[in-house]
Amino acid sequence: MNNNLYKYILGIADNSLILGQRLGELTGHEPSLETDIACTNISLDLFGQVRSYFQYAAKIAGDQRTEDDIAMLRKEREYVNVLLVEQPNRNFAYTMARQFLFDVYHLLFLQELQKSKDLTLAAIANKSIKEVSYHLRFSTDWIKRLGDGTEESKAKMQDAIDSLWTYTDELFHQTEADKVMVQEGIGVDVTVLKKAYYEKVNAVLEEATLEIPESKWFQKGGKQGIHTEHLGYLLAELQYMQRAYPNMEW
Amino acid sequence: MSNKKNWPLWEVFVRSKNGLEHRHCGSLHAADEEMALENARDVYTRRSEGVSIWVVESKHITASNPEHNGELFEPAQDKVYRHPTFYDLPDEVKHM
Repeated sequence: MNNNLYKYILGIADNSLILGQRLGELTGHEPSLETDIACTNISLDLFGQVRSYFQYAAKIAGDQRTEDDIAMLRKEREYVNVLLVEQPNRNFAYTMARQFLFDVYHLLFLQELQKSKDLTLAAIANKSIKEVSYHLRFSTDWIKRLGDGTEESKAKMQDAIDSLWTYTDELFHQTEADKVMVQEGIGVDVTVLKKAYYEKVNAVLEEATLEIPESKWFQKGGKQGIHTEHLGYLLAELQYMQRAYPNMEW
Repeated sequence: MSNKKNWPLWEVFVRSKNGLEHRHCGSLHAADEEMALENARDVYTRRSEGVSIWVVESKHITASNPEHNGELFEPAQDKVYRHPTFYDLPDEVKHM
């Protein structure tokens, strides 16, 4: 088993899994039917991507484990998603800010992953890129609508951006597995995406008449399995059935 | 939330990948035309590729009045000479 490749895939897929779960929590609770459908749609896209990644990871693992085992039977410390995606849905502005800050990264990342020497990863990236372009379009629109909307929506969006800003830098950290995969031409060197990321994010924030946060202090740890206190609760809910009735057909 | 005031009704017309014309497939509420397009794509096309979507704010559509059906539509029915059915259509001409 190629341990680095396995870890690398989890590093990509866990982001989509956790963010998909967060969006799924909102089903039926969005401000309008239309946003409800859109967020559920994005969630479905993300889960679709996760399945492709985890099926591939299960194949690489080469033992009996399945995509479900990888999703449902790991503990908090074994999840390697970035902290950004596990942040809770505080309000709609917060949900959209989290989505936007991740989507910009996600699209840049997949554009590079398409060039991977690993053809399976390149193919998944190629399929996902269309979905993520749509996600980014949706979240960008909402950043602008709320930022440049009423006084209240602007204040909420600014607050969301300010609170989530501290989780953005982690997107460009590399784990040991990441570094090895970059050297082998399989992984994406995320450090080079940073400049384009902040340029894009800042341009949208400016258009939305929002302030670009000045804070230079950033939170990290998700990629090493050191999470915020939110992830444990999320996993408890996500994994309950599998933990209560393991090894069942469903 | 004042959805009803700010989110007008839109009519959605979709032409499917192999379809010849746009067909009316439903309506939805949205704040502006961009949002209406996005929602229509989610709700009515499942984001299939190669489809075309038109959205029209409902207030821009003028409909015929059912009370006037008699004068609008009936006169043609019993006048066969008004219908172009007295010649054969070549096979090459499709979709007539």
